[in-house]
This record gives sequence, C-alpha cells and structure tokens, in this order.
Amino acid sequence: MEYFNAFWVGGLICALVQILVDKTKMMPGRIMVLLVCTGAILSAVGLFEPLVDYAGAGASVPLIGFGNTLWKGMKEAIDANGFIGLFMGGFTSCAVGVSAALILSYIASWIFQPKMKE
Amino acid sequence: MGKMTQEEKQKKAEEYEQYVKEVTPTHSLPMNMAKAFLVGGLICVLGQIILHVAGNYGLDTKEAGSWCSLLLIFGSVLLTGCNIYPKIGKFAGAGALVPITGFANSVAASAIEYKKEGQVFGIGCKIFTIAGPVVLYGIFSSWLLGVVYYILKIMGVFV
Repeated sequence: MEYFNAFWVGGLICALVQILVDKTKMMPGRIMVLLVCTGAILSAVGLFEPLVDYAGAGASVPLIGFGNTLWKGMKEAIDANGFIGLFMGGFTSCAVGVSAALILSYIASWIFQPKMKE
Repeated sequence: MGKMTQEEKQKKAEEYEQYVKEVTPTHSLPMNMAKAFLVGGLICVLGQIILHVAGNYGLDTKEAGSWCSLLLIFGSVLLTGCNIYPKIGKFAGAGALVPITGFANSVAASAIEYKKEGQVFGIGCKIFTIAGPVVLYGIFSSWLLGVVYYILKIMGVFV
C-alpha cells in the first residue's frame, strides 16, 4: 500500500508540474527553485508532515521534499541553538543531497565525456 | 549580395515562421502529464523501496531518507554520464525533472559538459548553474521562515 501511495502522490506532483512546464515554458532551473521554496513553505505551515506520512517517498523524493528537509533542519537548529541556529540549520540538513550531487558529479566529470546532442 | 528589400525580408520572416511551426513538435498536455505521472511515480516508488530496505536495516527515518537521496543521486549521475537520463527526461518531462534525480542530473550534466573549459572556471563554476540557484533560494526561503519562527518563538507563540 505504501508503494501505491508513493506512486500516485509522486506521480501526481510531477503531472501537476508538467502543466506548469507546458503552459509557462519555464526553464528547469526555475521549476526546481520554485519546488524547493514551495516545499519549505508547505513544511513550515505544517502541511508537509501529513503528506509525507501518507505518501512516504512520494512526497520526499520530489524536490519539494528537499525544501521540507531544509525547513526541518532550520527549525531543529533554532530550537537547539537559538539565533545562531538560523545560520546553521539549512546547510546541515541539506548536506547529504548537495554533497552527494556535487561530489558524484565531479567524479563523473573525470569519467564521462560530453555527448553530442542528438 | 544585394540588399534585401523590405518585401523580401518580410517574406523570409514568414517562411521562417512557417518552418518553425512545422518542426516544433506538437505535444498534447494530457499525454505529457500521463508520461510525467508514470515516470515520476516510478522514481518515487524506487525511493520508497530504498526507504523500506533501509528501515529493515534498522536505520531511523532521517538516516533512511539520507540513504534514499544518496542512492537516487548516484543512480541519476551514472545515468546522466551514460547519456541515458537525458533520454528519460525527453520522454517524461517533469516526471524526470521534479524528483531529486532531476536535480542530480542537471548538476552532473553541467559538470561533464564544461570540463573542457577547465577545472576552476569550467567545472568549478558551471557545476553550480542549477545547484547554485536551488541551494541559494532553498537556504534563503528556509532562513526567512526561520526568522519568522524565531520571532514568534520569542514572543511566546510557540512554547
């Protein structure tokens, strides 16, 4: 059941964004920024938690999940460290995603050659 | 080469417009949405499988989530290097863009694409073409929300 929920919620998020892509011709970078910010806001107002409880990876794998991770880290850091936590939480929580993307991509740049566009 | 008269110019522009119209592929929105739904959904199911397996190894939610991101990013970078992810993207549109694999794909693609321009100003700068905006606005928006939360907390709204 959890797989089914992950499938349809994750799929639905992608399908909705497809409408945005087709109607506005927005570039991928803008879409991603929009998703991350939306995720952070949804998370902060408490709408994300019920969604992730229901859909699991269907909510956390789309980039809105990245925004959720950012906000959760931010809140934890503020609760633990007060004001300075505002400058600790974000990077701590997104460490895995950003590090993995940068490190693995850099290694990939040693191994793979640019491909011709088809 | 003689100068083109206004009329010729206009005719040429019209012909070009016609040509663009002909070669621009027409996609139907419902079909694109269905593809995005299918592929995006499957990537999420993959994530759910990783979460499930990680849970079986006794990892907590946070660790399992980290493994999930790491493995999906690894897979996406690998497929990008082998030039397979762009094909998935072409088929699935937002279905390949929205999941975290889309983020990893765009980071890896720019790293590989710009290696010829050098380590620092090629890969070093261009690797952040997509990652930069995402990290900046992600961090900033959560910081802004954090400031609001911090102020409300001081005012005693949250205990």
